[in-house]
Amino acid sequence: MDIEAIRLLAAALALLPIIGVGLALGKIFSSYNEAVGRNPNAAEILDKKFFLSFALTEALAIFALVVSLIILFG
Amino acid sequence: MADPIKQFVVKTIVPLEIGGADVSFTNSAMWMVAGVLLSTFFLTYFMRRKSLVPDRGQVIAEMLYEFVANMIRENIGSKGRQYFPLIFSLFIIVLMGNLLGMIPYSFTYTSHIIVTMALALMVFFIVIVVGVIRNGFQFFTLFVPPGVPLWLCPIIVPLEIMSFLARPVTLAVRLFANMMAGHLILKVFAGFSVAMLSLGVGGFVAGLVPMFFNVIFIAFEILIALLHAYVFTVLSCIYLKDSVDLHH
Repeated sequence: MDIEAIRLLAAALALLPIIGVGLALGKIFSSYNEAVGRNPNAAEILDKKFFLSFALTEALAIFALVVSLIILFG
Repeated sequence: MADPIKQFVVKTIVPLEIGGADVSFTNSAMWMVAGVLLSTFFLTYFMRRKSLVPDRGQVIAEMLYEFVANMIRENIGSKGRQYFPLIFSLFIIVLMGNLLGMIPYSFTYTSHIIVTMALALMVFFIVIVVGVIRNGFQFFTLFVPPGVPLWLCPIIVPLEIMSFLARPVTLAVRLFANMMAGHLILKVFAGFSVAMLSLGVGGFVAGLVPMFFNVIFIAFEILIALLHAYVFTVLSCIYLKDSVDLHH
């Protein structure tokens, strides 16, 4: 394989962590919805925690995207 | 077709040089000044009457204040009151950077890692300085979590030190990467629309599809702009809590 092909492959492989982020986000959304479904009054307290954990998890996918872009264009 | 990276180029507006260092007034600096002036004007103008029954502007200003005050009370506790100016300024500067970036043709200064890294390192050093002032050198017992058996310490302590040192990096990269990736996606999708236009009438209709996606993305980006200003400040609060009261 020439170096260009390996670079493209590496950029694609750098996006693999998004599998984990997808699973984690699914877990966060499902448990948030379940918790609010069981106790709608708790939504106010849960909202902030939900958004914080959503942002922290989603940031990991963005990290992977940045690493991939650096490999691709850097 | 324009390069989607072009929106992040820092342009010099007023060239300045002090002692061989380039301190030009750039478009990045211009939007920072705009953010500071806008927020200062907004907060002082709407709070000028301080009436007991607030009007619409005063409600927004008070909401911002209460939002940050609640965040500090929940995360640091009552001892955190004295850090309110720091946390509020951090929140406003990041929020202004994220939101002013949503104006077309503007510049998002939080999409540059140098800006977010400077803010994150400032938080990092404030945490250390406040921790050492308040707890003395006992602050460094932060790296030894309470209840850890002695034989585990050689493993736990390096890990704790590493995660402590990684804090400013993750704090900075999270904000910068989210802002950069979001604006990149907007411009890439806008680029699809422009590329479709060259295909004639059919292309014009097909070009509407990425445009509608862009409308959704812009709404999502405004959510992300607000969310990441919140996340940046809430994490600063959590880090500051370590130095305000140790091991609680």
